[in-house]
Amino acid sequence: MTSNNLLKQSSPNVVFEWLQGQFKFIVPPVLALGSLLFIWQLLCGGETPPLPPPTKVVTEAWKFIADPFFDNGGTDKGLGRHIFESLKRVGIGYSGSVVIGISLGILIGTNVVMYRAFDPIFQVLRTVPPLAWLPISSAVFESFKESEVLRMLGTDAVELSAVFVIFITSVWPVLMNTAVGVQQVPQDYRNVAKVLRLSRFEYFTKILVPSAAPYIFTGLRIAIGLSWLAIVAAEMLKGGVGIGFFIWDSYNSGKYSEMIVALFYVGIVGLLLDKVVFYISKFLVQTDS
Amino acid sequence: MQIVASNTTNSSAQDLSDKRNENPFLVIDNVSKVYPTRQGSFTVLENINLTVYEGEFVCVIGHSGCGKSTLLNMVAGFNKPTTGEIRLQNKLITKPGPDRMVVFQNYSLLPWLTAFDNVMLAVKNVYPQNSKAQNREIVKEHLEMVGLTAGANKKPGQLSGGMRQRVSIARALAIRPQVLILDEPFGALDILTREELQEELLKIWQEHQVTVLMITHDIDEAVLLSDRIVMMTNGPKATIGEILEVPFPRPRDRALIAEDPRYYGLRNQALDFLFNRFALSDDAH
Repeated sequence: MTSNNLLKQSSPNVVFEWLQGQFKFIVPPVLALGSLLFIWQLLCGGETPPLPPPTKVVTEAWKFIADPFFDNGGTDKGLGRHIFESLKRVGIGYSGSVVIGISLGILIGTNVVMYRAFDPIFQVLRTVPPLAWLPISSAVFESFKESEVLRMLGTDAVELSAVFVIFITSVWPVLMNTAVGVQQVPQDYRNVAKVLRLSRFEYFTKILVPSAAPYIFTGLRIAIGLSWLAIVAAEMLKGGVGIGFFIWDSYNSGKYSEMIVALFYVGIVGLLLDKVVFYISKFLVQTDS
Repeated sequence: MQIVASNTTNSSAQDLSDKRNENPFLVIDNVSKVYPTRQGSFTVLENINLTVYEGEFVCVIGHSGCGKSTLLNMVAGFNKPTTGEIRLQNKLITKPGPDRMVVFQNYSLLPWLTAFDNVMLAVKNVYPQNSKAQNREIVKEHLEMVGLTAGANKKPGQLSGGMRQRVSIARALAIRPQVLILDEPFGALDILTREELQEELLKIWQEHQVTVLMITHDIDEAVLLSDRIVMMTNGPKATIGEILEVPFPRPRDRALIAEDPRYYGLRNQALDFLFNRFALSDDAH
């Protein structure tokens, strides 16, 4: 009897207490967001504001908020579809970064001469911003415009140059972090490998890669952020579908409300991408020694 | 200074001198180690001569910085002597190998592998011809031997320091080394765990009859475990100052040894060597 009563009493209490616990995490961001929107509304409330205020953004671009996946043909698509196209590009460019960054990183991390040779060059290249890569990449891929190989791959020069910009922006942190991680393999583990006379393959899979994994994942996390940052630059010249193109196109045709909604999408997707890589690394990396 | 069996040992050490009659097993022959520095060459070790016999338990003791780790690293093959040579069963030691397995002070287990897989990595490499089942059996047997059956699937991060060192010892013994090299294996452990592991090591050594070369800075540990205690003078230019025979019969018992009148003689001799004759870093010779 008593225990039954206790149970009945405690269940709403548990929910209430949980809410109370979450309260301090929910209220501050909601208040902050509210005040920022309020300030924005005040600043853009005049007759001819430079940007539409939040209320106008919501009413003008409602179809983009309400239905992310509509498709009226051509470039008139929901933002979810634009995002999806951009994610495909980022996926290809980022995969390239992962594969080439980790491979080159291991190469220059394990070979002192290679490291001395290439490190200064990489240090300079990694500071070049995505927008600066775009003209170079366009120029290079433009010259392959008529190439049969591109046609066979089902792609074109502009598409490739967009993917290349994403790749070249995000490859450096993967490369540099992998190289450092490989160099930091503790002497103890190297000694174990020496005593046991591990084969190169076994040293690689059982010691080098797991030991460098925390560094590699740090690089991967920085890289996913950078590759998403590069999407707008990458799609500027690329007509068609893609969130970067959409933002650029909305700006050119004066549809500022749509542009602002698209920015929110970009931010949220960027956050999700970062979280995904973070949780993958948390799941895979054994840091406790 | 060639150290050979002394025939003046008393009856309780008779079994030891029997062992010494066999051929030299591990020979450190006139070894020195010199490191080049900016200020010129720095001699860490000079004129080291030591012969270890099969199945013997030898402890090396000395102050920090006397080069005892350098000596063991050369036996393990991580370093090469500047002059002289080290031979195991008449074969020159040139590089590390599983015949001279090391138990490192900081365990050196791979944190991303379970205790089982850490031992398995070693076993798999040394017995590539074995079937998977055979190797699993070897790993299981050795983890059992150090009392770690329950923790076999835990990663080192989930094990205590004593448990980690047990895994490390299991890993070393599982590959049947000719010489087991222990570099201050219990230095980082609390006193209770240390005593427990010392006794287990004694038991295992007794069963396996493996030749052991062990660094320690604990005189009692050396007296309890070893047949001979090699005492090093201080560096630079450290060398073997004196070798103490430990006459106690085996199997040994910590309490019985402590009651033996010879125990204090040995202990005082070692203490005198370390804290009077070689207390300071100047060369007493």
